[in-house]
Amino acid sequence: MSNITAIPEIRPREAAGRRLGPEPRERSLADNALVQLTLTRFREFVREPEALFWVFVFPILLAAGLGLAFRNRPADVLKIAAVTPELARSLRQDQLLDVQQLSAPAADEALRTGKVALLAEPGPGGSVVYRYDDTNPEGRTARMLADRAVERAAGRVDPVAASDRLMREPGSRYIDFLIPGLLGMNLMGSAIWGMGFAIVDARRRKLMKRLIATPMPRHDYLLSFLLSRLVMLVVEVGFLLGFGVFVFKVPMRGSLPDLALLCVITSLSFGALGLLIASRARTIEAASGLMNLVMMPMWIVSGVFFSAQRFPDMLQPVIKALPLTAAIDALRANMLQGAGLAQLSSQLLVLAAWLVVCFPLALKLFRWR
Amino acid sequence: MLASTPTAALRVRNLRKTFKDVVAVDGLELEVRTGECFGLLGPNGAGKTTTIEICEGLTEPDSGDVELLGMRWDSHAAELRERLGIQLQETQLADKVTVMETIRLFRSFFRHGPPPAEVIALVQLEEKVNSRVGGLSGGQKQRLALACALVGDPDFLFLDEPTTGLDPQARRQLWELIERFKLQGRTILLTTHYMDEAEQLCERVAIMDHGKVIAQGTPRELITSLGVEHMVEFSAGGAAKALEIQPLRRMEGVRDVRAENGTVQMQVTELHRAVPALLDELERQGVPLTELRTHSATLEDVFVTLTGRHLRDE
Repeated sequence: MSNITAIPEIRPREAAGRRLGPEPRERSLADNALVQLTLTRFREFVREPEALFWVFVFPILLAAGLGLAFRNRPADVLKIAAVTPELARSLRQDQLLDVQQLSAPAADEALRTGKVALLAEPGPGGSVVYRYDDTNPEGRTARMLADRAVERAAGRVDPVAASDRLMREPGSRYIDFLIPGLLGMNLMGSAIWGMGFAIVDARRRKLMKRLIATPMPRHDYLLSFLLSRLVMLVVEVGFLLGFGVFVFKVPMRGSLPDLALLCVITSLSFGALGLLIASRARTIEAASGLMNLVMMPMWIVSGVFFSAQRFPDMLQPVIKALPLTAAIDALRANMLQGAGLAQLSSQLLVLAAWLVVCFPLALKLFRWR
Repeated sequence: MLASTPTAALRVRNLRKTFKDVVAVDGLELEVRTGECFGLLGPNGAGKTTTIEICEGLTEPDSGDVELLGMRWDSHAAELRERLGIQLQETQLADKVTVMETIRLFRSFFRHGPPPAEVIALVQLEEKVNSRVGGLSGGQKQRLALACALVGDPDFLFLDEPTTGLDPQARRQLWELIERFKLQGRTILLTTHYMDEAEQLCERVAIMDHGKVIAQGTPRELITSLGVEHMVEFSAGGAAKALEIQPLRRMEGVRDVRAENGTVQMQVTELHRAVPALLDELERQGVPLTELRTHSATLEDVFVTLTGRHLRDE
């Protein structure tokens, strides 16, 4: 108990005055409740390495991985097999064919196991037999290329001269399609996870109950989540877009202020949705179940990785009403087509509607303890 | 506003609260005087936390009246919040922020109060000022929670089980801190199920059971009300025949005798007469003594006498 003696002497109570220390100097901005709450949110986020990974690193890894996998390469070289040296020689005339000369049983085996797309063997009377799977597009392409090579080697001259001009410009590649999709997905994920987990965790720890036992204004508490979200947004969006622009030369054809506004509206809408999801849940398990239930369908149908148009027409009105579809459509139109806000009014309307419905509902349902 | 005696900091009348089919608080009456430390003592489930949370304005009572610092929750909530210091049971503060950051956060909610560093010094966490909350020991966390209750320089301090789960040394350290706050003229309402804590810290206590106050007064008064000064406990065994209890009741200086699980407990007014008499009686019955203990009567004994149960049975 020796350390008890270190307690500073306490002045006897003054009649109606304060008991501790002098009245502090004029309070600075840093002593404001909203500033302190936002700072706390920010600190908790920054000091959570996992959160940093999921918000900043993961989308970039995803973009890099998918960008590499689906990069536009020169047309694939097709592997085919020939059973005679003469056929192999004729076929090698085509640059797009990778020809292996194999014995008949080995060629058979290679074709069956898909190691080659086509097998060329001599037929009766100097003819050629192509064996391939006609349901496989590679097989059909190989058939055309192989036959052209064989016929040309035998002396055919094409009656019409043709030449190619290739289009591989930024703006029409898969990575250009993907980056706005990932941006939308990221805005959704960090808003919903960021709000949801933090709120449910504070409720579970009884920290929220402790906070409302102070004079803290409740709207400051909720506002601090939105504010910290908006600050983080700048970093998050900057990271992903910077990566897309510098590494993959993804075009940014729309106006930047418009894009910023789209990101803010998207983030607020998903923030409201996250607030609604977290408004009642008492456990992390319940909340994460709900979050996945809400987000999973949108990951699939809202056009993150492939166009939402692929779903049946009947479903299109529902899909278009989802906030992620609206967000991604608007982001893509801005970045790839340079569309202005006026052209995006229907998407903006969808996002605003989600915000206007979710936020008041969340406030009404919110469980403070 | 209802007039009340100027000395009552908290007055609770006929308070009731039911959760589903469980009656947590059942017509509770309570009065805490300005400047005193008042203890709400009772076993787990007695309704202590529900009572204190109603007084703190965190739970709505079904019926009844709470008057705090001359104000009521429905009309003066904002003003009351500024003047109360509250420590809740089981609050886990955010792990990733530091002691100083936590105190600055809580300080920012109050209009008046001491600078954060001063509050931290008060609960002796200066060395931990830049440590994260997650790295603090149980006792340090509890002191930080106390600091959070003190940042607004409160007139009324609510402490809900402030030392539950702490080791004896950390408990005693916290007691010393609370003792010092009492010197500053704050009114304190604390709940506990440790009778030694109530005896140590509280000027007056109310013993609660099943949502009601079953006894109220200073610890001394309550113990005196038993009419006995001492408790004698003994175990006897190894005899061919069982111990007869009735002759013990007739001995001089013995008030009451109860036997449970092989030990016998006697309430005794005069220890110096009762013990020799007990030894004589055991010898007469031919029952050997295996254990003998005596202690001064405590609040625990008051509770056992009133309810027939121990404080920590539940």
